[in-house]
Amino acid sequence: MTKEMVDTFADIRAQTVEKLLELRKDGTKVVGIYCTFCPQELVIAGGAIPVGLCGTKDEPISTAEEVLPRNLCPLIKSSYGFAVTDTCPFFSLSDLVVGETTCDGKKKMFEIMQELKPIHVMQLPHTEKEGASLDMWVDEIRKLRTRMEQDLGLEINDADIWKAIELVNEEKKMLKEISDLNQSDPPVMTGLDLLTVVWSAGFSYDKAEVVEKLKAMKDELSQKKLKQTSGPRIILTGCPVGLGSEKVIRITEELGGHVVAMENCTGYKTLELLTDTRYEDPIVALAHKYVQIPCSCMSPNPYRMDLVGRMLDEFRAEGIIDLTWQACHTYNIEAYDIKKLAEKKGLPYLQLETDYSSSDEESLKVRIESMLEMINDDRGGNRPGLRCC
Amino acid sequence: MMIAVGIDLGSVAAKGVLLNGKDIYKTVIPTGWSPRDAGRKLLNDLLQQSGLTRSQLGGIVVTGYGRVAFDQADRKVTEISCHARGVAHLLPGANTIVDIGGQDSKVIRINEHGKVLDFAMNDKCAAGTGRFLQVMANTLGMDVGQLGELEAPGEHVTVNSMCTVFAESEIIGLLARGMSTGGIIAGLHQSVGKRVASMARRLGVKEIVAFTGGVALNQGVERALVQELGCPVVVLEDCQFTGALGAALTAAQES
Repeated sequence: MTKEMVDTFADIRAQTVEKLLELRKDGTKVVGIYCTFCPQELVIAGGAIPVGLCGTKDEPISTAEEVLPRNLCPLIKSSYGFAVTDTCPFFSLSDLVVGETTCDGKKKMFEIMQELKPIHVMQLPHTEKEGASLDMWVDEIRKLRTRMEQDLGLEINDADIWKAIELVNEEKKMLKEISDLNQSDPPVMTGLDLLTVVWSAGFSYDKAEVVEKLKAMKDELSQKKLKQTSGPRIILTGCPVGLGSEKVIRITEELGGHVVAMENCTGYKTLELLTDTRYEDPIVALAHKYVQIPCSCMSPNPYRMDLVGRMLDEFRAEGIIDLTWQACHTYNIEAYDIKKLAEKKGLPYLQLETDYSSSDEESLKVRIESMLEMINDDRGGNRPGLRCC
Repeated sequence: MMIAVGIDLGSVAAKGVLLNGKDIYKTVIPTGWSPRDAGRKLLNDLLQQSGLTRSQLGGIVVTGYGRVAFDQADRKVTEISCHARGVAHLLPGANTIVDIGGQDSKVIRINEHGKVLDFAMNDKCAAGTGRFLQVMANTLGMDVGQLGELEAPGEHVTVNSMCTVFAESEIIGLLARGMSTGGIIAGLHQSVGKRVASMARRLGVKEIVAFTGGVALNQGVERALVQELGCPVVVLEDCQFTGALGAALTAAQES
């Protein structure tokens, strides 16, 4: 039953493509989004459709490397590769693409991507603190509003922004409630199912519908009878993961582990952050929310440590996997702090630096399997290793 | 105590250990292209040596990168757990293991019971592994087994490239400039030692340090590792067999 519900989420992408083709005929605008920093409330308020863009598969990377350097993170190469090979329908159907300066690689890639599509780049501050950084971010959100009004002919008024804020808040709340269910032992969903649900939801053309779907799913999962046994409970943190780049989650679960929660961009990184509706100006309200996202591009980034620390307790985690895509310097360096956090909690910690290809799967398996063996060792009583069949 | 077998199917060498009470039987063969066949051959060798039959064996645990391919084992356990187990048995009090094999180098921190506390491994790259030395030996026109005795640390030549491919070009350049072969070999050993020592320091080195894996047979790498770590290392007589021994001990424990 869970599988059927998860499948309905997996179908969202295909349904969105169909719907976008139809809606565009009536003049509806589509805004492609790469990153959780984009205030999609503005897009919704203008009557346009915000949609996630492809960037989690290995296939287009070799083509991207004809233009971009090889030693760049796979997420940037994949995003550009999908765009330049015209294999991402969402990119192709977008009237405007919004990117953020989350790292040097991305901002320079967007400069080249302008050749393919109008790109609006939002300049991110380096800190979430009040003052110049926040003022700059408020200004950037206003610029996005103006750009969409001028270039796409959208009308974006404050009342509609507030409505969109409520809708997005509702979606985040539901995604968090679904994700929180995995605090149970054993968890209600595999990490792979959880990823499918949360990641796919980002490609929907109708947030209200997604919220209803999530509610139905939560009701069903809450009643699910759980088996007694549970593998080692792992929290995944680090770089963004989507379907196509889920190999670490898949391998962990194939080896008997359980990814109970993810802190990354498709996980809790944004789930606690709701827009505070008590501000007078919705743009200021949005700025306050988005600037708090604990991406490693922020310096310092204390909220990520706080969030991971709480997740470890709430999910009764037995180990942490910190995934770093090759050449992602900020997450790679922040691994130092996550490791210290793991030591403080007395939990095994594994940092994996890899890319989207399958070439290192055997080597990843040794590391992940060893960590699971360490956890089983800690649990005691378990026979070591995996049964051969 | 039951009769237990540990099979360690590495990328270059396949190792087997059979434990029968106080009697220990060991065998090592090249893994070749089929880890499954290598594993079967090891098992037959061990049975022949010990004069036992397959049905007398109590348990078999397989480890090493070929562990998924072998079909005769009861359980598979990673080489990290097995090395920890094997070293704790051979060298009680060991806290750190440096294991350099054909395609991996690992540093493992263990407690007195052989429990893994933390570990680090090289990334998907041959730098600091046996493969690196093998490629360099080929470039120098010698067998990898000769490197240890032919190094000349007094004439040490620095090899800057960690990457196997670049290091090969660098060596060709050094040879062309007339540098001494012994000095180049010493430089290569230093490069492996440096790489692995840096990984070990990230994890925290606590003495006693055991050095295992096929590369531990090379005294040159041992010398370089001691220099780079700044502390002594213990090379076990059975340095190549610690993984297989750990697997056999794990199999023995299960009954």
